Formats: sequence, C-alpha cells, structure tokens
Amino acid sequence: MTVLVYLDHEGGVIRQASRSAITAAAKLGDVDVLVTGPDAAAAAKSAAAIPGVKKVFAVTDTTGNSELAEPVAALLAQLAGGYTHILAASSATAKNVLPRAAALLDVQPIPDIVAINDAETFVRPIYAGSALATVKSADAKKVITVRASAFDPAPAEGGSATIEEIALPAGPGGSTFVATELSKSERPELESARVVVSGGNGMLNEENFKLLEPLADRLGAAIGASRAAVDKGFVSNEYQVGQTGKIVAPELYIAMGISGQIQHLAGMKDSKVIVAINKDPEAPIFQVADYGIVGDLFTILPQLEAELDKAG
Amino acid sequence: MKVLVPVKRVIDYNIKPRVKADGTGVETAGVKMSMNPFDEIAVEEAVRLKEKGVVSEIIAVSIGEAKAQDTLRTAMAMGADRSILVETDVVTEPLAVAKVLKALVEKEKPELIILGKQAIDDDMNATGQMLAGLLDRPQATFASKVEVADGAVTVTREIDGGSQTVKLALPAIITADLRLNEPRYASLPNIMKARKKPMEKITPADLGVDMTPRLSVISVSEPPERKAGVKLDSAAELVSRLRNEAKVI
Repeated sequence: MTVLVYLDHEGGVIRQASRSAITAAAKLGDVDVLVTGPDAAAAAKSAAAIPGVKKVFAVTDTTGNSELAEPVAALLAQLAGGYTHILAASSATAKNVLPRAAALLDVQPIPDIVAINDAETFVRPIYAGSALATVKSADAKKVITVRASAFDPAPAEGGSATIEEIALPAGPGGSTFVATELSKSERPELESARVVVSGGNGMLNEENFKLLEPLADRLGAAIGASRAAVDKGFVSNEYQVGQTGKIVAPELYIAMGISGQIQHLAGMKDSKVIVAINKDPEAPIFQVADYGIVGDLFTILPQLEAELDKAG
Repeated sequence: MKVLVPVKRVIDYNIKPRVKADGTGVETAGVKMSMNPFDEIAVEEAVRLKEKGVVSEIIAVSIGEAKAQDTLRTAMAMGADRSILVETDVVTEPLAVAKVLKALVEKEKPELIILGKQAIDDDMNATGQMLAGLLDRPQATFASKVEVADGAVTVTREIDGGSQTVKLALPAIITADLRLNEPRYASLPNIMKARKKPMEKITPADLGVDMTPRLSVISVSEPPERKAGVKLDSAAELVSRLRNEAKVI
C-alpha cells in the first residue's frame, strides 16, 4: 500500500500536525507527500527531510491558485490513481480541499481519525467527542484527515526523499484568490504548544482577556479561548479551542473562567494536565481538571504570576 | 437570485448525547432535536441577503426522516420561502447528501448554495466541499463574511492563523462558520406563517440517487472518562503541585 499525505506548512516549514499525519500514514504503507502554496519550494525541502517520506510532490506555483481548493483537489484526484489512501492533518486547509477531492473520486471521506485498526477500519470522534465511532470504509480508496493529537509527530530531520515538481492540472475553476491575512504572533502555535492558557466567559471583556498575556508569556504558552469568549468578541475565532475550533493536547492546559461546555471539553480533554480556575464550584470544567481553584480569577491570576516568578 | 440552503435535524446543541447500550450508535429516541447550529447561520445569511434585496427566493432543503419537516418549518419561520424534504431513513453521509443536492441544484438552478460548515452529529465537515466538487463549481468554506456584487461573491474565510479572501463566480457554494452572523429567533407570527409556506416531499429515488452508506459503523462507544482531580486553596499550592507533582512547569 502507498499513501499520499497532503502537508500543511508555514513559511516553508512543515507543521508539526502534518508530521503527525505522516506517522499515521506510515502505519498504512509507504509515504509520498504533496506540498502546495507560497514557499512550496522551501516546504518541499523541509518535507524531504522527514524520515519515512519517499517522494515529495511540490507545486511551486506563485499565482495564488495553489492556495485554492478547486485546482488542489483536482491535483489530489489526479495523483490518487497511484495510492490506496490519501491523508492530511485535520487543518482548515485540509478540510477545505480533501472532501472536494473525495467527491471527485466518488469516495466518502473519513475525517478526524484518532486510531487506525486496519487499512479499512478507523476510529473517529462524533458528537463533539461524546462518542467514538469505529467505521469501516467500503470505498476502493480512503480519503482521511488525522487528528494530530492522537499520533506522535514524525521527526523533522533525518530523511532524504526525492523532490518532483508538479503542475496544477486545472485552473481556478471560477475562484479567484484575493488575499491572505495572517495574524502575527510571537507565541507558539496553539495546536502544538506545550502549554495553553485559555480564557472564557469569566474574562468578562476584550480588555480583561489581555490579562492572560503575561501569564502566557511567563509559561511560553499559546493563548486559547472558549466559544463563549469568541462569540462575545473577546478574541478572534482562530483562538477557539473546541470541537468547532482547534483541538489541542498540550502538557499543561490552564482554563481561566471557562465553565467547560461539552464542545470546549472535546477540544482539550486529551491534555496531560488540566488546571481550572473558576468562581462556580459546580462548573463542569472541574470534572476534568486535575487541579482546580474555586475563586475570582482576577484575584488569583496576579497571585499565580507572583508565585511563578517566586518559584523561578 | 435564488439561494438554496440545506438544513439538518440533529440532537439539540445543549443535550449531552448518550451512547446506546448495545454500542450501535447514539440514542435519538425521545431526545430534543433542533436545526444544526451552523445551518441556522446559513439560513440567517440567506435571509439577510434577501433583506438587502440581493436574493429573491430562499429554498430550504432537508434530507432525512419525515420529522426533518420540523427543521424545514424552522427554516421557513426564519425567512425561507419554501422547502423541499428529501425523505429517507438511511444514515445520511455527506457523499450521498451532496449527490441529492447536486440533483436539486440542477433542477432549481440557484446561484448560491449556503450550507453550515459542519453538522454537530457526525462532525464530518464535508458536504459543501463535496457538492462543489460534484458540480465543478467554486467553493468558499468557513465563511466569516459574504458580499455579493456584480455577478460574483467575495467571501472572507477562516483559515489557520488568520483569514483568506476569495472571489467566486456564481453559481457558488459557501459554508458558514461561527462568526458569519448571529441567527435570529423565529417570532411567533413567523412560526404561524411558516406553516402555510409550501413544502415539497420527494425521495432520493425520485432524483436517481443511491443513498447506500460507504462507511459501516462497527461500534460506537463512550470515550475514556477523565477523572476529576483535586481542588486547591491557593495559587501557591497550585504552582507547587505543577512543579513538584505534575512536573509540567
């Protein structure tokens, strides 16, 4: 069996989540990969260095078309002939492209898998993680996205795959790329951060939400948010942790003023250690927290920072 | 301009789903059902486009069991003009649903199809993209802003680490993300009015679509439970435990 993995990269560096998808793919067979988008040439080199990757297909197209689902899905469908499985990490990019490619192949995709039982049978969460479904695909090819937190990332260095440049087989199909705006942040990427500090409804407003920044800086943490905090405009959607946002599994997750709605828990309950600070002792977040403090977070937050400084 | 809005009936957002004792699925009997929240956002966006005078007619579609007509009535109470129920008792997978929708698009010829990005039951996040692929039409998933002008639609989409803007020729497929809008509640007079709006009932066979699922469910189980830990009295104790016991800082 041979597997094609569609990789995400940032500025030419393969994302950690995509390296987890390579680990999942290696359980199924030999691994080839595809990179597209700006900096694809650099991304191809980064991909070729990942141990276990045999061949890298690189679309070095600078027109913006390689950022569109229409031509990239057409390319995946064209390449699919030589593969039994097409995989990608569950990212916004992959979720945009893979289902479209699956439709072109007449395949029902299998999103967000957390385990591989055999070449046809996979485990995936449903109902925001309230249940795990084991499903078996009857399709000739499998189109799969992988929940990165369930698989260890493949190493970034050590491999030496061949690189083949490839052209997009189709035009933009009525779609025109206008612009990408990336928010600039010095903090680690939310989905791969070792520590995540998240704020919820209890942060009360946008200004107070910023109070989490010194704590996050102190811990080298990414900042996250509950859906309530996003809906109320404290922070933008890209910070959202939960079934409909980012799925994270850091070593330490600190939930500040987050009640712990089921959809939020689905996005962070695989964290190694969970800390919850909330004034409501009945908040569901305490049912999953390893350490909880019941109290006013605006009192506890500065104490926490002071203790961290004291401790070194 | 016509807009088609597919809507799905799912277990209500606020209800905790329970796995059936025999492990065959999730219990839906006697459970409160509602419109998928992302589909509400899609309906709302269509209604706002109609209020702006961009859209002339909104057609809501649901594919599922007979009770999905409740969901269609909700869509019409929010502002959809008419609806189509494609009745089936088979589990609705995105591929089959996209095939049904493709047949309806070819019949109704809408210029926009707005879907929720994801249904909160199977969490597939696929139907809109698959429909766009089958129709060979442009797509804008995870929309946070939609503007229609001069025969095209400009969509700002949520991507990892920021946003992306694309411009699509019509007809086009859009999937709605959380920040696109805040859906309205249907008023009582509008709920009454919705009862009189037309609802067509057909089956997938009428459209020549085979609904046979490609994925068979081997089992459905509860995820491993996480145990509640300890409540601490102070920030000092927390830092000490994180450092010495959990060893994560």
